[in-house]
Amino acid sequence: MFLLADLDVVMLSRIQFALTIMFHYLFPPLTIGIGVVLVYLEGQYLRTREPIYEQAARFWTKIFAVNFAIGVATGIVMEFEFGTNWATYSRFVGDVFGSALAAEGIFAFFLESGFLAVLVFGWDKVSPRFHFFAALMVSLGSIFSSIWITVANSWQQTPAGHHIVPMMRDGKPWVVNGEVIRRAEITDFWAMVFNPSSMNRLVHVWLGCFILGAAFVMSISAWYLLKEKHHEFAKRSFTGGLWLATVSSLAMLVSGHFQAHKVYETQPAKLAAFEAHFKTGPADMSIIGFPDEKTETVRGNIAIPGGLSMLLFNDPDASVIGLDRFREEDRPPVAISFFSYHIMIGIGVFFIGITVLATVLRLRDSLFQRRWLMWVFVWAVIPAFIANEAGWVAAEVGRQPWIVYPPFETTETGERLINDAGQFVYKEQDGLRTTKAVSAAITAEQVVGSIIMFAAIYILLFIVWVYVLHQKIKAGPEEVVTEVTTDKAGGALGAAGARVEHRESLTDAKKK
Amino acid sequence: MDLNLIWFVLLGILLAGYAILDGFDLGVGILHPLARTDEERRLVMGSIGPIWDGNEVWLVTFGGALFAAFPEAYATIFSAFYTPFMLLLFCLIFRGVSLEFRNKVESQQWRRLWDFAFFGASLVATFLFGVTTANGLLGIPLDERGEFTGDIFDLLGPYPLLIGLLTVAMFALHGGLYLHMKTEGGIQRLFYRWIWHAWGLYLVLWNLATMYTLVEIPRATANFHEAPWALGVVVLNVLAMANIPRCIFNHRIGQAFLSSALGILCQVTLLGVAIFPNLVTASNDPEFSLTVYTAASSQKTLGIMLIIAFIGMPLVVTYTAVVYWTFRGKVSEDVYGH
Repeated sequence: MFLLADLDVVMLSRIQFALTIMFHYLFPPLTIGIGVVLVYLEGQYLRTREPIYEQAARFWTKIFAVNFAIGVATGIVMEFEFGTNWATYSRFVGDVFGSALAAEGIFAFFLESGFLAVLVFGWDKVSPRFHFFAALMVSLGSIFSSIWITVANSWQQTPAGHHIVPMMRDGKPWVVNGEVIRRAEITDFWAMVFNPSSMNRLVHVWLGCFILGAAFVMSISAWYLLKEKHHEFAKRSFTGGLWLATVSSLAMLVSGHFQAHKVYETQPAKLAAFEAHFKTGPADMSIIGFPDEKTETVRGNIAIPGGLSMLLFNDPDASVIGLDRFREEDRPPVAISFFSYHIMIGIGVFFIGITVLATVLRLRDSLFQRRWLMWVFVWAVIPAFIANEAGWVAAEVGRQPWIVYPPFETTETGERLINDAGQFVYKEQDGLRTTKAVSAAITAEQVVGSIIMFAAIYILLFIVWVYVLHQKIKAGPEEVVTEVTTDKAGGALGAAGARVEHRESLTDAKKK
Repeated sequence: MDLNLIWFVLLGILLAGYAILDGFDLGVGILHPLARTDEERRLVMGSIGPIWDGNEVWLVTFGGALFAAFPEAYATIFSAFYTPFMLLLFCLIFRGVSLEFRNKVESQQWRRLWDFAFFGASLVATFLFGVTTANGLLGIPLDERGEFTGDIFDLLGPYPLLIGLLTVAMFALHGGLYLHMKTEGGIQRLFYRWIWHAWGLYLVLWNLATMYTLVEIPRATANFHEAPWALGVVVLNVLAMANIPRCIFNHRIGQAFLSSALGILCQVTLLGVAIFPNLVTASNDPEFSLTVYTAASSQKTLGIMLIIAFIGMPLVVTYTAVVYWTFRGKVSEDVYGH
């Protein structure tokens, strides 16, 4: 903590935001991924009325609820932080970013939280059909939420549908200390929503969530299979997770390809940082290496020669814009961008490998006997978490030094303007530097205090989360008393009799 | 009525909705230690188990709407209240987590810990809401750019502390009435007694706060000249307050709860009338205050947001109604012990 004392409000606020958002982001992808699994299970139950599906849905609902609770509790932090730490940013973007955030609240959060209650507490209060509907609504709510927040973030990366104008006071531009106060205002709502990167990024985010949700389900199922518990349940859950993960991993390859193209088109400095491509020219695709910003080289580099040029232009000799085309103060930090990007890709490739292998074995009916592969799946959920986090780290650190990306200065013919040093120049006025975005009213001491507070809370929460999950997993799915839920015509006496058994099973469940 | 004014009113509705709905949740937390046995405590928490999260969304949406409609006010308030709001976050996180995790493990220490977290977090969060509201009425020092220039001690004068206590009493009463409706038997009789205590405390503090406000804060009623209807709100507020003991005495707790909700709505309305047209009042120089016109987003954005609100609000009311209908009636052990 002594290290923190030397930092300024900007760096401290960045650290705090990174800490709080990365902790929060452990949970939403799980919610989105497991939400899809729940809809599938409840749909199957409604169709077939096989109790195994209800048993599975009940079990995964409990796991879902644990994740959801921490996701909600930690999510509200970000909404506060835009104002507490990034007030200048909020003043600049509120007109645009705020409306996406408000839409998220009204369309997504109410939907999720309302139907979550029915999903978790409503098993014996509503019909299976309505319960399925609740699962569908919760899942949709979490997906809506991801839409609006990804749109808002994408607008920061590739702003569109807005203009930057002076704020007006009494019909005149507002000037404070000789400086005109400017901000972004919406000109075209749908152009803002469908800004150049939002849809590509949204698909990318969803696939990441599906892979993580599926990996989580497969991890627990594989563990049951290894311990020879809840066999039928585990096999079905694993298989469902495996389809989702395989399709998503393969789709990720395509999505990643489009992402790289789009980033190069809209934020070439970012892609150059991802690949530590310092000098403009034909570009390799690094597999392993340590970028050194001082010498502008990658140490110990193992790379596919011409790989990046090939990816972008289908030509290994094509010239790719390097970091040398940007002024020093406009370059993103290379090391973090490079590592997070490569970790994400490495894990993506690993997932394609294990899911395709498992799918082939599953089709040959010899998957569940391979204990080593089951062990791989037990642990594979950890790299899935890391890949989701690393992807966002790459996206956000690669966006630096801007919090709102400015457009390039262009010539009269619309081409990117190049200065005397052969470098691109940004329209600084139309974006916002991260260093200029923090609150004016706060001190470094205050932020150090809140960082310590969050660190303490999150360490505690993490331990509690793992502990409660462990208890739930150890206890496993409960046996379902089918009469209670399927035989609606059982009469009061039958229901009352069944209820006792049911209560016992619930009490058992509590002891786990 | 222009868009800025409409958004001022809509924010008021969101704030009142939050205060009424999460108000009883927070009150339940404040009264939670009164329940003695483990089973009673589970019932108390279970009474808000399915709904607390939805109630808190009103706060999240209020924050999002303030950000979108009046970004200058959002930025100023949140950065001015940095430390209190961090403490508030601390409480909200622990409250949510204690509600979800208390019953997950069968251990006395575990449950005691979360019981304490639930109580403490509810109490402190309620107090901080009161403190923040009072500062909204008093105003805070701002510079020309609308940035807060004071420090934490500017926010903790006697008036904010009094309003903090008043809010605690108000929500305790509100939560007590809710608990009475949701429970039966011995624990219901326990809450019946405590409703009277909460009511007594609330009455004393309310009188003190009203006198303080009328004497020390002239702007609280300054707008009454232009908005004489606000006098009607005052009368309604007093009637609602007076109806509460009558209903408690007659054991018509549902009606008392509605009166308490109406009282909260009246007070949020009076707050709105008092501060209008300011969102953030500069205590040092009225020129620097942020009003619904100077702090607002563009007319285009306010219009887009209004469409979003028109589509969204009926949906929200529908889900809320569905959930409250599904979980109507007395709370019982077997349903809520998930």
